[in-house]
Amino acid sequence: MRQPSATGSPRSCADRLSNGQGFAVSARGSVVQGAILTRSRLILILGALSLTTVAVSLVCLHFGAQPIAYGEMLRLLISAMTNDQSGTDDAAADITRTILLQIRLPRVLLGFLVGCSLASVGVVLQALLRNPLADPYVLGVSSGAALGAALGVLCGAGTTFLAEAALPACGFAGGIMALVIVYRTATSAERLPIHSLLLTGVILNAIFSALIMFITSILDPNRSYGMMAWLMGTLTSPTYSGLVGVLVYLSISLILLFRQMRALNILALGEDTARTLGIDTEQAKRSIFILTALVTGAVVSVSGMIGFIGMVVPHAVRLAIGADHRLLLPASALVGGTFLMGADTMARTLIAPTEIPVGIITALAGGPFFVYLLLWRKDRLA
Amino acid sequence: MSGVRDGQSDGLDQCCATSVVKPCYAYEVQSLRFRYQSTESMNNKWILDDLSFQVAEGEVLGIVGPNGSGKTSLLKLLARLASPQQGGVTLFGRDLTGMRQDEIARVVGVVPQDTQQLFPFTVAETVLMGRFPHRPRDRWGTACGWESGEDVAIAEEVMLTMDVVHLAQRAVTDLSGGERQRTLIARALAQTPRVLLLDEPTAFLDLQHQVEIGSVLCRLKAEGGLTVILISHDLNLVSQYCDRILLLDQGRVVRLGCPEQVIEQGTLESVYRCRVLVDRHPGTGLPRVTLPGRCMPDGA
Repeated sequence: MRQPSATGSPRSCADRLSNGQGFAVSARGSVVQGAILTRSRLILILGALSLTTVAVSLVCLHFGAQPIAYGEMLRLLISAMTNDQSGTDDAAADITRTILLQIRLPRVLLGFLVGCSLASVGVVLQALLRNPLADPYVLGVSSGAALGAALGVLCGAGTTFLAEAALPACGFAGGIMALVIVYRTATSAERLPIHSLLLTGVILNAIFSALIMFITSILDPNRSYGMMAWLMGTLTSPTYSGLVGVLVYLSISLILLFRQMRALNILALGEDTARTLGIDTEQAKRSIFILTALVTGAVVSVSGMIGFIGMVVPHAVRLAIGADHRLLLPASALVGGTFLMGADTMARTLIAPTEIPVGIITALAGGPFFVYLLLWRKDRLA
Repeated sequence: MSGVRDGQSDGLDQCCATSVVKPCYAYEVQSLRFRYQSTESMNNKWILDDLSFQVAEGEVLGIVGPNGSGKTSLLKLLARLASPQQGGVTLFGRDLTGMRQDEIARVVGVVPQDTQQLFPFTVAETVLMGRFPHRPRDRWGTACGWESGEDVAIAEEVMLTMDVVHLAQRAVTDLSGGERQRTLIARALAQTPRVLLLDEPTAFLDLQHQVEIGSVLCRLKAEGGLTVILISHDLNLVSQYCDRILLLDQGRVVRLGCPEQVIEQGTLESVYRCRVLVDRHPGTGLPRVTLPGRCMPDGA
């Protein structure tokens, strides 16, 4: 009987690598280096995207009921940044200044922040659920937030719907409620199976949607219209203090999510493979799931249900730049933010002075693009 | 490339260093019993029932058996993708259940059977993921860092070994089954493991690449150190390339021994419940299994 030697000093595969035996000698990774994400490529792409974002934001600030000339706009922005109060004697300039700094700028910034958050959460959920169709709505958290806000309206939280300060809080509470329900329902034997998570999300979405429709149907027509617009996704001009609150909250959540970028690469391979590559998948899933729910709840509470960005943007960016989440996540965030800024500008200018809910623009732009992607994939597979 | 494992001590060498008389086992499986949670309430049948065996360091062990005999479940337990209800598994003397997942991943590389890939990572990116368990632990516990030059060099070497270096820039979603399988083996080797677990490593490979996988196994074995445990339905592959073979049926060990002891006509016919022919490989003299020809009457 042939038996291998069972004794003797152990030698690891690394030892063999280190003494040059066993594996062919290579030029120290030159081939691999050309086929992976490098720091210089990351900086180049993110730099180009950042410049595009700045350019698009200037265009968005320019357009509106009263277009502001680019030179004037830059002068006002620079004077605001340097706290220069010169030229305030001119009443017309004052109005322009107010329009730019108090109305358009906060709204453009909010649009960027919401777009960033939706696209980032989309990237993370697609990797975590291993489903390229996943987006922030699949877990039912956004429906929960919407239901919370709808209940707020039903309980008479103010007369003018979108001016309510209480409604974001109601929406946020609804999002947390949905998170707790999904979490408790989907968890079994101290594990969080992804299929249970998806199924629970689908069921919760159905229940919450029905409840929202019920609430909408019993509201008086004025408030019902406001809520329908909000449900379709609408951005408004926030106050700077409100904007800073949202910025701080979302920034912290997104930074915590961005910390997991390399782990997301591994999680995207599937749970078992991720575990064999050293990830505590249960812990990673829990923390990422909670963070995505918190971001989604906050975003829905300030902007309603803006669809398709979380699904389409990561998909398109992945096709363009590859699947490495260290680039995919920040790049999708920038593209998502830029896309929503542009979409919102269209929403407020296309048939001005009437505003279209921005969710309609994103759905009309994103839906056909998604169908195109599916057809493209089908052709490619064929 | 010295010092790849510096600061990454897996803490498993103690067993081997102090043990002079007692042989050093890569795995020791003691009275192992396992069943899946979901089937527990439906019936009391164990998927794996009272399994005990050892795998010596540097050994190539083949696990064979009919469909549903518990091979894949056993591999999952060895990789701690599942936990046994009874009994235990030790890895180089340490209880597997007491080890962190990344500690295990620095010692055990797994090549899964399912090679379905969803996202278009390049081959180079996929192989480099094998270096994830070796990432330096920073104080923030982040997982967004970069691979070192050492990581990249190791990845390229294993890609050369598995003949996938020319595919480095291709997306894994665009590869043939064989290319993808070789990429996954390269990823597991990039973990610089001491144990390699392979689930049907030749299932998607043509004859040329089956032979290549066999010769890679031979090389790894000849160089010593790397313990290989592979599951396969290909009895000839395990007969030719494995030191010992574990034959499972209905969750129990039927035979454990060298190929001559296990690849034996009567044993195989009773386990697989069909007729087979077993003769000797003309080159190696090891047992060779052939299906009965269509001209051969049943029971002849």
